Amino acid sequence: MSQSSLSLPQQRGLGQTQRRDAWWLQPLVVFLGLGAFVVYSTWAAFQGANYEFGPYLSPMYSPLLFDAGTLFGQASVGHHTWFGAWPAWIPAFIPASPALIILTIPAGFRFTCYYYRGAYYKAFWADPLNCAVGEPRNGYRGENFWPLLIQNIHRYMFYLAALYIVVLTYDAVIATQFQDDWAAKGGKMLFGGEARAGFGIGVGTLVMTLNVILLGGYTFGCHCARHFSGGNSDHHSKLPMGKKPYECISCLNRNHMKWAWTSLIWVGFTDFYIRMLAAGVWTDWRLF
Amino acid sequence: MPQVTFKVWRGNKDGGQFTDYQTDVTEGMVVLDAVHQIQAESAPDLACRWNCKAGKCGSCSAEVNGMPRLMCMTRMEDLPTDQPVTIEPMQAFPLIRDLVCDVSWNFEIKTKIKKFKPRKPDAEDGTWRMVQDDVDRVQEFRKCIECFLCQNVCHVLRDHHKHETFIGPRFIAYTAALEMHPLDTEDRLADLKDDNGLGYCNITKCCTKVCPEHITLTDNAIIPLKERVVDEYYDPIKKLFRMFKPKK
Ligand code: SF4
Ligand code: SF4
Ligand code: FES
Ligand code: FES
Repeated sequence: MSQSSLSLPQQRGLGQTQRRDAWWLQPLVVFLGLGAFVVYSTWAAFQGANYEFGPYLSPMYSPLLFDAGTLFGQASVGHHTWFGAWPAWIPAFIPASPALIILTIPAGFRFTCYYYRGAYYKAFWADPLNCAVGEPRNGYRGENFWPLLIQNIHRYMFYLAALYIVVLTYDAVIATQFQDDWAAKGGKMLFGGEARAGFGIGVGTLVMTLNVILLGGYTFGCHCARHFSGGNSDHHSKLPMGKKPYECISCLNRNHMKWAWTSLIWVGFTDFYIRMLAAGVWTDWRLF
Repeated sequence: MPQVTFKVWRGNKDGGQFTDYQTDVTEGMVVLDAVHQIQAESAPDLACRWNCKAGKCGSCSAEVNGMPRLMCMTRMEDLPTDQPVTIEPMQAFPLIRDLVCDVSWNFEIKTKIKKFKPRKPDAEDGTWRMVQDDVDRVQEFRKCIECFLCQNVCHVLRDHHKHETFIGPRFIAYTAALEMHPLDTEDRLADLKDDNGLGYCNITKCCTKVCPEHITLTDNAIIPLKERVVDEYYDPIKKLFRMFKPKK
């Protein structure tokens, strides 16, 4: 932790810079964007209700291990549930919300993501506020010590997040299987005709499919995926699966920030869309 | 021909101040031209380092309107000239005079990084065979012109003065070029983790943003090396696997 023995210019104070551009805009947008998402997702996770409508299940509640809907007046356990109703053995002090069990995975994945780290160190910790802008603190430990050494867990988060993509893909497939009562719940056919049970595509199906695509682009553009697909090797001509996977992942990785934001916004919207349908505020339209 | 005001830092290690100079800016001028014109017209003792005027020698690094830039590659037409243009020396190195810094710390750091250690020659005449695919990745790092703008902008050096414990993005990329080289057999991961302070980088990508050679320092050098350090020191499953695998 020794400081430099060089005779250096004095450290600049918080926000001190000769920069002329709107350097504060980027950290501000990140602060507001991430802040809004954290607030919304926490609120949504604590609701414990309105997370499914017909064949759709909110990504924030998937996989739906135990259905808490019956505790909130739902007549029966919904068909997305894996293990049935909210069990009595879960202590009462744990809020009855299926989201709280599984949200730690995507939250942990994003929290330890290399892109988000760089972004929130700036926006939430001012370390630095932005490039060549003065900081509030003298001391600095970076990711060299605890607690931030924990960031090295990211690859394990990646393994779990990759499984999560499988689950969400399954959900998107299930979102094409409409039940008899979908129309009774308020669904409408966009081009008229009878709402038959079985295969169909609704706006919600499209919303959920796009969600998987965006989350997949984000997850498989992860720096850990890049490392495993070839980053860890000095001999790219001899990779077991060839160069293609490394190149594809590197291609996603180059736009990792864009994937990170679009997938974040879309996950929030997907939950919101299904929530609005379940609450009867919006109407679900089915294309066929 | 518009007259533009330049606020130029004048001083030495004991202190200094911005001094205003006015000069005409003509079409096609870069900031270094303006500095030369100021030297010719009103401040013959203004110290500034330069050499190639082509963005290739890495000598003319400074901060223009607060951003680390090569003065010879910063076009006047890209700067707002309705306000004074500020020109300062780099902030992460000791100042010698005016716009000239002592960057020798960087060269000392370089000598401490373990040298290239190739495997035994592939052919009897003492030569090696390499595949282009294997060297593609490290070629990016060889574009470096050692302007040290990335070192200057990195807050670990610039604001936290960790020169004793952190080698900075330029030398992490230098290490990456050696570490990822298909012929190299040396192991620099322990040094990176301990003495070279890789963990101090908090991936804020300012180095990547200012590099005039557009080297993707953070994504292509720093993060891949962080992942290799995780492999070696922090991943329990990898450690377990290694226990059963013979060392190469
Ligand atoms: S990404 Fe790391 S090395 Fe580059 S400027 Fe930021 S902290 Fe420094
Ligand atoms: S990596 Fe880029 S910014 Fe850093 S010294 Fe080399 S050329 Fe300059
Ligand atoms: S680096 Fe962003 S998800 Fe892994
Ligand atoms: S004078 Fe050589 S890089 Fe500017």
